[in-house]
Amino acid sequence: MKGIISLFITLVVIWLLLSGHTNPLLLSLGLASILVTLYIDHRMDVVDKDGQRVKYPLRMVTYFPWLVWEMVKTNIAVARMILDPKMPISPNLITVKTSQPGDLGKTIYANSITLTPGTVSMSVDGDEILVHAIDKETADDLMTGEMDRRVSCVVGEC
Amino acid sequence: MQLVTDILSWFFLLSGGFAVIVGSFGLMRFPDFYTRLHAAGITDTFGAAAILIGLSVQAGLSLVTVKLVLITLFILLTSPTSTHALAKSALHGQLKPLLKEDGGASSNT
Amino acid sequence: MFTAALVAVSVAMLLTLLRMLLGPTVYDRILALNSFGTKTVLAIAVVGFLAGRPDFLDIALVYALINFIGTIAVLKFFEYGTLGDENTEEPE
Repeated sequence: MKGIISLFITLVVIWLLLSGHTNPLLLSLGLASILVTLYIDHRMDVVDKDGQRVKYPLRMVTYFPWLVWEMVKTNIAVARMILDPKMPISPNLITVKTSQPGDLGKTIYANSITLTPGTVSMSVDGDEILVHAIDKETADDLMTGEMDRRVSCVVGEC
Repeated sequence: MQLVTDILSWFFLLSGGFAVIVGSFGLMRFPDFYTRLHAAGITDTFGAAAILIGLSVQAGLSLVTVKLVLITLFILLTSPTSTHALAKSALHGQLKPLLKEDGGASSNT
Repeated sequence: MFTAALVAVSVAMLLTLLRMLLGPTVYDRILALNSFGTKTVLAIAVVGFLAGRPDFLDIALVYALINFIGTIAVLKFFEYGTLGDENTEEPE
């Protein structure tokens, strides 16, 4: 029941933000669409599951700017490689160990790896992630495990 | 004030447009599929985010900005997911990545 | 200013389209398709601002979602040859 109510509030907020209309007809149509969505979600059995939650949402606030900064740095590095006439790339495959116990941590970690250009996570198998890196430097950057440590901070203790 | 927002959105729109072009250029130029994934990553992350941020600077604080932020979040959430799905299914489909040890990644196109 | 961004995105779209036509493997084509979709979202948003009609952003938002679902659907179809219709294989 708690899941349904929080989903309802979230949907109402999103609907209001996206439409910006307040006349009664549109409001009631919006309410109807929200109820239909809730019913479908209930039938799909995706609400009220004891899913993993981000334990410390506030720590997301420190993780996200760090991720953005990493993205900017690696973007500039890869853009240099593209524009360099000699194209100094040396693609290699590496296996990274992750210390994330849960699915949520693994998802955030693998998504963050892919989000920074220069490294793409190719498959996740247990606690090993197969990563395709575009050159030695980005691979070494990942091997230091700093990103793994920061993701641990977001989902659990660090 | 008008001048400051104009300069800011010029900066973001130009760097975003530059990143989008560089990404597509890399998509044409890189030698094999897996390296092209990285080039497409530039467009999907930095290029898209910079252009959308530039637009929202121009829009100011309104519902339009909320929509722009939502689009940015969607793109930042979905593009790694589809890149990962692509890489995984290419790996599954026995497409061999071009590696440095295989000899001369930069010599053949 | 918006015109400059639109020109940049259009040039990038042309390059991506070229890769889609050339792409040696089917994965290259799907990658180009996905990238093209992202650029379309940007183009729609910029055109909306250029024409002074921010309502275009709703279309861009929906296009971003459809682009993701479409890529996943094409990949799934290519991988399994079906879109997950399990009932057709084993009649009850």
